Amino acid sequence: MFKIVRREEMAEGTVILNEIEAPLIAQKAKPGQFVILKANEEGERIPLTMADTDTEKGTITIIYMVVGKSTAIFKDLTVGDIYQDVIGPLGKATHIEKVGKVVCVGGGTGVAVLHPITRALKEAGNDVTCIIGARNKDLLILEKEMDAASHDLRVCTDDGSYGHHGFVTEVMQAVIEAGDVKLVVGIGPVPMMKALSGITKKYDVPTMVSLNPIMVDGTGMCGGCRVTVGGETKFACVDGPEFDGHKVDYDELMLRLQAYLAEERRCHEDYCTIRDAQ
Amino acid sequence: MAKKNAVPRVAMPEQEPQVRARNFLEVPTGYTVKMAQEEAARCLQCRKPGCVAGCPVEVDIPGFINLITEGDFTGAIRDLWGKNALPAVCGRVCPQEIQCEGLCIVGKKGEPVAVGNLERFCADWERENGTGELPPVQPSTGKKVAVVGSGPSGLTVAGDLIVKGHDVTILEAFHKPGGVLVYGIPEFRLPKAIVAQEVNFLERLGVKVECNAVVGRTVSIDELFEQGYDAVYVGVGAGLPRFMNIPGENYVGILSANEYLTRANLMKAYEFPKVDTPIPLGKKVVVLGAGNVAMDAARTAMRLGAEEVKIVYRRSRDEMPARVAEIHHAEEEGIELFLLTNPTKYLGNEKGRLTGMVCLQMELGEPDESGRRSPVPIEGSEFEIECDLCVVAVGSGANPLLTSETPDMQLNQWGYVIAEPETGKTTKRGVWAGGDIVTGAATVILAMGAGREAANSIDKFLELGW
Repeated sequence: MFKIVRREEMAEGTVILNEIEAPLIAQKAKPGQFVILKANEEGERIPLTMADTDTEKGTITIIYMVVGKSTAIFKDLTVGDIYQDVIGPLGKATHIEKVGKVVCVGGGTGVAVLHPITRALKEAGNDVTCIIGARNKDLLILEKEMDAASHDLRVCTDDGSYGHHGFVTEVMQAVIEAGDVKLVVGIGPVPMMKALSGITKKYDVPTMVSLNPIMVDGTGMCGGCRVTVGGETKFACVDGPEFDGHKVDYDELMLRLQAYLAEERRCHEDYCTIRDAQ
Repeated sequence: MAKKNAVPRVAMPEQEPQVRARNFLEVPTGYTVKMAQEEAARCLQCRKPGCVAGCPVEVDIPGFINLITEGDFTGAIRDLWGKNALPAVCGRVCPQEIQCEGLCIVGKKGEPVAVGNLERFCADWERENGTGELPPVQPSTGKKVAVVGSGPSGLTVAGDLIVKGHDVTILEAFHKPGGVLVYGIPEFRLPKAIVAQEVNFLERLGVKVECNAVVGRTVSIDELFEQGYDAVYVGVGAGLPRFMNIPGENYVGILSANEYLTRANLMKAYEFPKVDTPIPLGKKVVVLGAGNVAMDAARTAMRLGAEEVKIVYRRSRDEMPARVAEIHHAEEEGIELFLLTNPTKYLGNEKGRLTGMVCLQMELGEPDESGRRSPVPIEGSEFEIECDLCVVAVGSGANPLLTSETPDMQLNQWGYVIAEPETGKTTKRGVWAGGDIVTGAATVILAMGAGREAANSIDKFLELGW
């Protein structure tokens, strides 16, 4: 079970794609839902929103950035290797309906999460503009896929090495000013989602963001993933992972994401030292 | 006084408090054969045993104790298995003092017979010295039963139905079976190897265990019926953590007991960085609540190296819901009780990390609907407690993950499943429920009792119909 059938490196090896055999999950999963993966007996449970599913092949696809020990272990898995545990689909699916003109904004690996949502919004009959960005050209992911999933793809790079020189939020603002935008879906690093929501609020455009806080079980049992939305505490795993972007307390989320920063650094460094010595 | 009553109860050997407070090894180390036989000899072998009436699964207590005195330990464990598939667990975590031992005649004039210690002895003896021979299983009925959740009630249902010849599959959402026995109860109270052994015993009897199966997400109850199951038992527990709902509760360093204990127990975070899951190591720890879960959290914090651990509880010692033995163990290990104390807000720093809490002193007023005297704040009694970790252990509610996806199974106003008390039948045909998802958070043995009744009802249904 949970065998890796395809593996790709993206963004100069900092981002990894794994297509994994998980027929039960593939059959049920809808855009916006996530899975929890655990590589081995000692492994941590890591939540990742699915980038794609294939019901015929019975596979799910995850795309993740290598940021700590657990994702470093994931990266070292090759085709034919297995994840010991994959649990899902978890969380609420994205609410997909025809609203008219939609802008999907993705930054970093958020683009991967955005992909199935964008495709579903297009299939539902929306006019979908997609804006994706990265620090530079080499770090951009899924350009081709996002082009196919939307009607109009805009690309940004922070250093101007490709597409618009600047942030996705600038391009988004221009698209909103052109008028008629009924919904913005923004998925990426928390500072990006915060900035984006600040802008869309000014223009009064409904905005949906997808959050990925620290969690253990993913079924509403631990409460580790609590986020403040509109002044109320919500569990991202069961109430989300998608929320009204205008209501999320991003500053609190950023602080909570750093809860284990010291521990993560320590064990990631230990892992890399031991692995590289072998 | 009868001569037998004069013999004192054989004390359970334990690790010394100062030693055990810093390790995760089991606290009581278990009776030797000699101790067990000496203790078993204290049993009066009553003709109408009160102890059996006090046991939610009606273990044949005088019977197995008599076999211990005769030295027939294999016979004793078989006798236990006849009523209880999890004797190693129950011998450790049942509240015997209010059940079997609470009704023991010997206990009227002295200390009751140590039923729990003897039950544990039999299970441990079988594990270490037994033949591994299984109890008989009836021929296959061809009927399929799905058990949702592998906690104590689910394991009981599975154990009861497999020996009756039904085909039983347990579906567990976590990556390991055992439910609260593996994620909630700490290693030092219930070693995980023992839970694994109890589950393995069921697997050897033919029970199939599927982990990573989140019923309500991966598969629905209706889909289980489509897959050919004839009956479904829902024993998913009460896995929704309650918080205090006071300002500052989302500071880093405030965890639900569920999260703290799951990290420590299921994920074995006390071995970090040997395992990958971290756990916050508090120097000054506060645990809110005074039930068994609060004791477990406080004692875990101590073992993880805390300098001080305080239990903060708004009522008095008499109202503490934890077992007396657990409170005693905690205090012996250096955990302080801050009674009649209620937090009103958390304090944090600019990094969003917990630094303390503001509390009010309370006094006891009139009894409330639970019959306990309700605490009333004393005006002007605010004071601060410094802490860098707070574990919230103030109870849990019904997790709606499964029930919200099963609209034709009726719930009460608190979200618990409505089930017939005698049978565990829900309002959905072919579906039974029991344990904490019906009663709200309770004990392992009450969940097992509910499992026993549901298993009997399911067995009848499979033969005779709904």
